[in-house]
Amino acid sequence: MTRYLAGRLGYYAALLTAAVFLSYALTGTALGPRAYFEAKQPRPSAASVDRQLTALNLNDRTPVVERFGTWANGLLHGDLGRTIHGTSVNEEFGRRIWVSLRLLLVGSLLGMLLGVAAGAWSAVRQYRLSDRTLTVLSFVLLSTPVFLFALLLKNGAIAAKNAAGHEVVPFTGYETPNLAGGIGAHLADWALHLLLPTLSLALGGLATYSRYQRATMLDVLGADYLRTAEAKGLTRGRALLKHGLRTAVIPMTTMFAYAFLGLFTGAAFTETIFGWHGMGEWFIQAVNEQDVNSVAAVNLFAAVVVLAAGLLADALHAALDPRVRVG
Amino acid sequence: MSVELAAAAEQSPDEPSVPRGRLRLAAARVAGSRGALVGLVVLVLLFLLAFVGPYLTPWDYAAPDYGSLRQPPSGTHWFGTNGLGQDVFAQTVRGLQKSLVIGLLVAVLSTGLASLVGACAGYFGGWTDRVLTFLVDLLLIFPAFLVIAVLSPRLRGSGWIAFVLLLAVFNWMVTARVVRSMTRSLREREFVAAARYMGVGPFRIIWRHVLPNVSSFLIIDATVTVGGAVMSEAALSYFGFGVRPPDVSLGTLLAAGAADAPVFPWLFYFAAGLLVLFVLAVNLVGDGLRDALDPTAAAGRHRPRSRRGERTRRGDRRRPTRSTDTPSRRSTP
Amino acid sequence: MTTPLLTVRDLTVDFDGHPAVRGVDLDLHRGETLGLVGESGSGKSVTALAVLGLLPATARTGGSVRLDGRELLGLPARQLAAVRGRRIAMVFQDPLSAFTPVHRIGDQIAEAVRTHQDVGRTAARKRAAELLDLVGIPDPARALDAFPHEFSGGMRQRAMIAMAVANEPDVLLADEPTTALDVTIQAQVLEVLRTARRESGAALVLVSHDLGVIAGSADRVAVMYAGRIVEAAPVDELFAAPRHPYTLGLIGAVPRLDGRGGPLVPIPGRPPAAGEPARPGCAFADRCPLTEDRCRTAEPPLTGTGTGSASGTGDHRAACVRADHLAATRPAPAEVYPVPALPAAVPRPRAARDSVLAVRGLTRSFPRHRGGLLRRRAGEVHAVDGVDLDIRQGETLGLVGESGSGKSTTLYEILRLAAPQGGRIELLGQDTAALDRAAVRRLRSRVQIVFQDPAASLDPRMPVGDVLAEPLLAQRTPKAEARRRVPELLRQVGLDPAHADRYPHEFSGGQRQRISIARALAVRPDLLVLDEPVSALDVSVQAGVLNLLQQLKAELGLAYLFVSHDLSVVRHLADRVAVMYLGRTVETGTAARVLTRPRHPYTRALLAAVPLPDPPAERARPRLLLAGDPPSPAERHLGCPFRPRCPVHAALAPEQRARCATETPPALPAAPGVDHTATCHYPD
Repeated sequence: MTRYLAGRLGYYAALLTAAVFLSYALTGTALGPRAYFEAKQPRPSAASVDRQLTALNLNDRTPVVERFGTWANGLLHGDLGRTIHGTSVNEEFGRRIWVSLRLLLVGSLLGMLLGVAAGAWSAVRQYRLSDRTLTVLSFVLLSTPVFLFALLLKNGAIAAKNAAGHEVVPFTGYETPNLAGGIGAHLADWALHLLLPTLSLALGGLATYSRYQRATMLDVLGADYLRTAEAKGLTRGRALLKHGLRTAVIPMTTMFAYAFLGLFTGAAFTETIFGWHGMGEWFIQAVNEQDVNSVAAVNLFAAVVVLAAGLLADALHAALDPRVRVG
Repeated sequence: MSVELAAAAEQSPDEPSVPRGRLRLAAARVAGSRGALVGLVVLVLLFLLAFVGPYLTPWDYAAPDYGSLRQPPSGTHWFGTNGLGQDVFAQTVRGLQKSLVIGLLVAVLSTGLASLVGACAGYFGGWTDRVLTFLVDLLLIFPAFLVIAVLSPRLRGSGWIAFVLLLAVFNWMVTARVVRSMTRSLREREFVAAARYMGVGPFRIIWRHVLPNVSSFLIIDATVTVGGAVMSEAALSYFGFGVRPPDVSLGTLLAAGAADAPVFPWLFYFAAGLLVLFVLAVNLVGDGLRDALDPTAAAGRHRPRSRRGERTRRGDRRRPTRSTDTPSRRSTP
Repeated sequence: MTTPLLTVRDLTVDFDGHPAVRGVDLDLHRGETLGLVGESGSGKSVTALAVLGLLPATARTGGSVRLDGRELLGLPARQLAAVRGRRIAMVFQDPLSAFTPVHRIGDQIAEAVRTHQDVGRTAARKRAAELLDLVGIPDPARALDAFPHEFSGGMRQRAMIAMAVANEPDVLLADEPTTALDVTIQAQVLEVLRTARRESGAALVLVSHDLGVIAGSADRVAVMYAGRIVEAAPVDELFAAPRHPYTLGLIGAVPRLDGRGGPLVPIPGRPPAAGEPARPGCAFADRCPLTEDRCRTAEPPLTGTGTGSASGTGDHRAACVRADHLAATRPAPAEVYPVPALPAAVPRPRAARDSVLAVRGLTRSFPRHRGGLLRRRAGEVHAVDGVDLDIRQGETLGLVGESGSGKSTTLYEILRLAAPQGGRIELLGQDTAALDRAAVRRLRSRVQIVFQDPAASLDPRMPVGDVLAEPLLAQRTPKAEARRRVPELLRQVGLDPAHADRYPHEFSGGQRQRISIARALAVRPDLLVLDEPVSALDVSVQAGVLNLLQQLKAELGLAYLFVSHDLSVVRHLADRVAVMYLGRTVETGTAARVLTRPRHPYTRALLAAVPLPDPPAERARPRLLLAGDPPSPAERHLGCPFRPRCPVHAALAPEQRARCATETPPALPAAPGVDHTATCHYPD
């Protein structure tokens, strides 16, 4: 199993290198930091713009491969460079990463767990009312963009606030500033702030997972081994849980990796709408400010997160399914 | 199942003795499916509305009517007006035009690319497979949204067609992976081996045997992609990375109207309704097409799945790979 | 007469209103074995599953199933679960899919123990090891930790039997327990089943489509057709004097290894699929040669008289209005069923005919890889390791061997029409190593293949007309001409030319196999490679396809390379036989010589494992069980590869054994000039 995972790790490392280089090259050529400096008032001299650009490793007169070399060298030494404002990318990165990870982890896990549960239940109750209701619901969820969820949830929270006269559910930021109280109060505050953004992220995942889980579970419902388990004398419920669901969740590991692809994008919207200062919000800002180094940092983050999810999915798959271990 | 039964059901006296081709058979089956016909009719109507609609109203989608701001639907402004005094009907049909074209084009392009790459990787295997798979994985971990956002200012000059290409280029990878794995199992199937031993060339086998057998999945996937592309377009436009004002799409309309929906419903629900109708119609057509291309569908689709008591003989256990219940997936946002 | 242990009365099962079982009565006594025979769709497996209430939720079950007088149908789920696996246990057909793939074998068996007995984890595990030992799995302590996919088919089926007898049940239901297995493994598993039954004292219901298996194992037999029992009798009587025309037809349709029984008698038509709407009258009337007007009005009940046999179970009943007639006249199958007149080929002497295929010393090995991105070579699998074949024009060579013996690889190597890895292939006088592209294309039209599974070998998305035109188009025949050939081809294989617009799934299994044959014939080949062409078909349909093959061979002067694991079918069709073991041909020669006077110990063991559909002959037959599974082709052995399992080698004196261990035996003829070789140092 370790050998299998080591093989995957090597492959992912190659992928990551290629992806990071390509995205840097793309960002470095497509964005125009020069215009940002030239637009400053009073207008700086061409030489001064060049100097500033070079200092930030942003000069478009330097070949992009060379700029990448400088950036990658910095990266290997743990330095992501400077933002277009001259501040440290590392600091910004360190501040924002936990905000985003909190949202991504809770959102994805919640979406997966609820989706798997809903899908399995839906399959067992195939063609009954509960199955049909879940099916319709999931299709509605699937045809609503994440940003629309976020907006609707936020509007709902605002309406609730207006109706109740005070904030019922927080809809901006990830914590109450200057909150007094112990660790418990802080945790509760965090959880409350997480509620709406996580929900808007998790709902889409829930719908997707539940459709896939329903399909794999339906396949398993007709499987011979489920019948064997019942023939042994296990009750239907126990057989479904121990033999059915246990096997039917295996394909979900692959889904898990794929779901992360869309999730990061969703997080960018959610963060912007709910005022979370996370990686997604930073990215949108950075693109608008032509801030190449910040965009490259977010790109790196996104690629690493997706690959980590892929590796985690592989590990889960290998742990759940003895047949891939021989690989 | 049986020929005898089928013969009793529809025995046409003057069956031609020279067989017809399968395209004509499939076309006949599409025509026979009510859902597909309804979907087609709705699609045609939507296209008519989108392209003829602008000529029905005197209002231009961009020109404001300062005399009426945020007016509910009336005889003059059929769908009402927005905060700038623009006619919502004119905006909606204009947006519909954009969304129809973007959705359909992205779906066709991305599914075509996916089936080509996936089938080649799966059928040829070896280094072709390794290189193509690496390419697919590379594009997958490349956050599509990030790339589009970075590139879109550059492409502003080349218009929405570049936007369509970008959406398509970052949408086909998951489909390609599925097509690849389906092709790999199809390649081992005996009918493909039979064709190989008859001397049929590899691209001909892909065209005649592989693609028709993954067509159910491709069609479902394409219909999902239509919806997904419209949603992606909406999301990107919301952040100013897609269709830009004064031009509109259903996505920008939804984004603009969402906040006002509780108070000024006409700003939101006309666009939302048309979007749902559009996606629904595409799904209906897709469903009908899928059934038409899958000859076993009529007999076997809604049968209970576990009538397996007597599937006992040596050869019967190999089940055909059919993906009827392929769940949908989201593409970008 | 003792009270039966299990009684089934008027059992009915339907799926969404489609009846699958229509009023079945069965009695099972303590310690006896009841054989339940039928073709696919006859309702035999559904009956077995209904007894335990294991049918899917869409099934509606009626009637009564009593165990020791206690009604099981409609029992609350919890109480039924207490019966399942404890009093009635089941052995399923396909042990790969019947074990949960993600749990270890030992855990699954221990689970069966712990579900019904209040024992600890370690005790259950110990019991599981004992059970594995009982069914003859070597090193049971280690086998406990294996996953199902790590076992061979035979081992899995043994483990399945071990799991079934874990709680010493009173009734064992075995649903096609040997269907997917090779004959030698089948013989082992049937032996294990007998042992398990003896040890646990259980009564056994053996569900099978194979009359040979039933003849050797059952005390009483019930024959099912279209959801009903059409005949029930003690095993000897049923085979000696069947009273239902269907039973008679089945017996006539089975090819026999001992060559007795005359020409194959196909039953016309095809068995009804499960759930097909029943027409009034006898379900078999459409296919029955003895049908009368009254057969079409009412379904005859299952009645009959005891024949006064002393055992008390000698009750012989049949559901046919002509049962008495059949009982009185005892006709042979061919006297009742029309036997098609097969044109007899008049072959010229073998030496005067041209060679169609000559294979010498063919080898093919596959590298084994490990790891993901950086794949390392981890040894080789020698799938084909020295095959010699020889086919002359108008001749059928039967290629026989168990799964994994390299039969299929041999075929694919021949069909590749390229230079083989080792050895030489000469097709129609041309060395395949020396072909250019144009020659390959020309040769493609002269050798064609028919696959085992007609459902898999026809593209489900292609109308039959396109399927038949495809080989012609690949040969660059003009489209119009290819289309014109289609009706002609359909007629040639006995199908209606008007059906060219239909898709493959609209045909029955036998018809689909005829389409496969028609496709192969489209380009007028000289050699037809038949890869298990009838093993996926029902017995009654199989006979028709075999007869068609014989007819086509005689009419068109075809040569066949006929691959089969079924020696009875080979005996029936082949002129010459080649036996393969572990990638080598170990014995070749005329069918008459090889199958009646085998010289290689492996051939003898193979022949001994084939059950005969004739109870007295089956019981009298000497049993020669081969030990273990065939070894892995990944390891190459010095000397004779059959040595570790060889009964002859085991009986040799030590100084004689040395030769087997060091020298690979060459293929030597029985006598100079005789067409019969064996690769054995000590042949018979």
